[in-house]
Amino acid sequence: MNKHVSPRMNRRAFVIGTAAVGAGLAIGLDIPFGGPAVVRAADGSPEIGAWVVVRPDDTVVIRIARSEMGQGSLTGLAQLVAEELECDWSKVSTEYPTPGQSVARKRVWGDFSTGGSRGIRSSQDYVRKGGATARVMLIQAAAEAWKVPASECTAANSVITHTPSGKTTTYGKVAEAAAKLTPPTDVKLKDPKDWKLIGKGVKRLDTAEKTTGTMIYGIDVKLPGMLNAAIKDCPVFGGKVKSFDEAKITGMKGVKKVVKVGDTAVAVVADTWWHAKTALEALPIVWDEGDNAKVSSESIAKWLTEGLANEQPAYVGNKNGDAKAAIASAAKKIEAVYSYPYQNHATMEPMNATAVYTADKCEVWCGTQNGEAAFAATLEASGLPAEKCDVHKVMPGGGFGRRGQTDYVRQAVLIAKEMPGTPIKLLWSREEDMAHGRYHPITQCKMTGAFDADNNLVALHYRLSGQSILFSLRPEALQNGMDPAAFQGVAQSGEAAFGYSVPNLLVEHAMRNPHVPPGFWRGVNVNHNAIYMECFMDELAQAAGQDPLEFRRKLMGNHPKHLAVLNAVAEKIGWSTPAPQGIYRGIAQVMGYGSYVAGAAEISVTDGNKIKVHRIVASTDPGYVVNPAQVERQIAGSFVYGLSALFYGGCTVKDGRIEQSNFDTYNSMRINEMPKVESVMVPSGGFWGGVGEPTIGVAAPAVLNAYFAATGKRIRSVPLRDQNITFA
Amino acid sequence: MANLTINGKTFTLDVEPDTPLLWAIRENAGLTGTKYGCGIAQCGACTVHIDGVATRSCGVSVSEAAGKKITTIEGLASGNTLHKVQEAWIAQDVPQCGYCQSGMIMAVAALLTEKPKPTDADIDEAITNICRCGTFQQVREAIHTIASA
Ligand code: FES
Ligand code: FES
Repeated sequence: MNKHVSPRMNRRAFVIGTAAVGAGLAIGLDIPFGGPAVVRAADGSPEIGAWVVVRPDDTVVIRIARSEMGQGSLTGLAQLVAEELECDWSKVSTEYPTPGQSVARKRVWGDFSTGGSRGIRSSQDYVRKGGATARVMLIQAAAEAWKVPASECTAANSVITHTPSGKTTTYGKVAEAAAKLTPPTDVKLKDPKDWKLIGKGVKRLDTAEKTTGTMIYGIDVKLPGMLNAAIKDCPVFGGKVKSFDEAKITGMKGVKKVVKVGDTAVAVVADTWWHAKTALEALPIVWDEGDNAKVSSESIAKWLTEGLANEQPAYVGNKNGDAKAAIASAAKKIEAVYSYPYQNHATMEPMNATAVYTADKCEVWCGTQNGEAAFAATLEASGLPAEKCDVHKVMPGGGFGRRGQTDYVRQAVLIAKEMPGTPIKLLWSREEDMAHGRYHPITQCKMTGAFDADNNLVALHYRLSGQSILFSLRPEALQNGMDPAAFQGVAQSGEAAFGYSVPNLLVEHAMRNPHVPPGFWRGVNVNHNAIYMECFMDELAQAAGQDPLEFRRKLMGNHPKHLAVLNAVAEKIGWSTPAPQGIYRGIAQVMGYGSYVAGAAEISVTDGNKIKVHRIVASTDPGYVVNPAQVERQIAGSFVYGLSALFYGGCTVKDGRIEQSNFDTYNSMRINEMPKVESVMVPSGGFWGGVGEPTIGVAAPAVLNAYFAATGKRIRSVPLRDQNITFA
Repeated sequence: MANLTINGKTFTLDVEPDTPLLWAIRENAGLTGTKYGCGIAQCGACTVHIDGVATRSCGVSVSEAAGKKITTIEGLASGNTLHKVQEAWIAQDVPQCGYCQSGMIMAVAALLTEKPKPTDADIDEAITNICRCGTFQQVREAIHTIASA
């Protein structure tokens, strides 16, 4: 390995890593003294394949490569392994392999990246195989000890039984022998109908420490001799540090060093973070803001609006028939323009990382959604080769897509490099976090729908103008310059397919990339596409004089899974019966991350601008539900996140920088504003969809459509606070 | 220098009097269960009890807190017995990322001391902490479970 390891996700490496699972116990390891090829965990217990460690007391440690950030995947992934392992769930704990260990073992744990609601669905197959492989080896070891055929033995609850004789033993007793066996290469996974643990809402494995203040988040990391750093990056994206007057703060209490970080940022290192931050605020910094300082929300909006015009070039993402011609000759047409702003992730814990650097080693402790990307950033910033670096993942205080980026890791390493041997904890202030997000991309959308004389929808033109995340973060994923992810939720096919059949359809994207850095923000492009499409669907229904649900149903005959979740929601909210006096309903559906979702809201409105959300019903078909209790929490949480963005969010740009600075200007919903979310899970099996993100797509349109039902007013831009609409 | 009484222990800390209590607790007393979320008394992640009252510690200076009885999340349990709010949080799997939960639990514990059987309206009024993960539904249910025990 060397420092040129690609930081990008490598599909090929992913496949190889996946295939390697179960292929050998000693992959890439030196076996000292020619001893048995057993890989041991830190405490000396043997690995039974890379995913499972069994201790003599029957406790089982399950390795988790993806990151837990609150979404519950740690528990769900452990359930998948344990289901096949047939171990005693009450004796299961988990551990993260480090990216450095993974690289040393040829990526035996596969991809670490945890985004795109991928944590479970992209690894379910090989982690279940990891569990099954270990079970087969443990049974084999018992059978060999008993000198009976393995086929006469069964395993359940960490106990192996030889059925004819009734003899039993436990996993802990045979683990040493099992670890020496050659792993089988063709394990068979259980039929889903035989699952006992998958599908059960078992308790999370990581709750207790979160209630006693003992869970260690990145911000809590303490190392001997550690100093603390506060940082300020040029508030105008793309700007640089021109100069700073270090002398002004050198005498301040606790200050140890002032460090220029790359070309764009300055950090103060001090004994405590409070001292570092206080000194940083007193440090005069002159910025070279560059041309971006001229950019404002208004100039961005103008540029995006230009992209809505048909003459401008655009990429076609989904098409059938001839929408433009059908619109031109239609009996009736309607048109509307919508927009969606930048949003900050505002994870509860601001970005931070702790790094210690010497010429021989660089180690990082941080919350990250992608251990391997953090590792690559560590190599790049330290200049050290892979075998001299490692990243230790700690619990992140929220991710939502933000911690898939590694800007904060790079900064921490660069600062630590200036003070070799001294551990440095870099913590961003909330203000820095607001100013240097990786924002939900900004877009506008013009939609035109056309009807025949009988009010049938004959054409739909969906023209998106705005920012591409891939252009900025994964340019290698663009296809001939086009961003296929821009069409999430309105795509022709795949994991985010459009759920309506329209005879003449044109979905296109005019790419416009302002200087504000975009990122993957929970739901990503599904957010705005679902708002645009589902609110406009309501406009179309109204134009056709039809009920919004019935209007949709007529277009969904060829999309039974989309329709099923919509029907589930309609039934649960009681769409066919009138809402209580003063209560109004809205409905929406979308597909994203391989799951079909729908939502409905019941709201009341006072004085035309004060909304109370009384009820929310949400439905999902993710194929399989691994842990219904956690899925329920992800659905509810996605509504809090989505509605916070709808009501209070929105980041605006002035003089090239973000105007919002903290939760006073970028607010988030509180308990009094949020009703219970009634979730309806309708897993239909046969595919694996994601959970953390899809339902956020229907949160805003369900409420906006209910608002129209209540007031007759269409809201076509976000956030509502800009239109003086708030919670009652 | 400041003398602070935190979780029944006296700490003599080398801090300036205007240091926010939050940072004295985290960095000088070394109790990191109390979290930083905003620093401007908006989010509640830093909530502790000062003389029994739920207080956002980022908005209180060390000099204001001196001489008062400060309780942090680490001091909520009595010995090995968890506080009933912590127990309910575990029983109902309330936390997601958990980062806001120290503050959330401290706010709820104070509410329940004042109003052992809070109504939904009481909860709405007293619990104003931000939770970006969106655990409100579980928080509310857990409070009602405690109240009805
Ligand atoms: S950190 Fe004190 S209220 Fe947010
Ligand atoms: S549990 Fe993550 S912010 Fe509340």
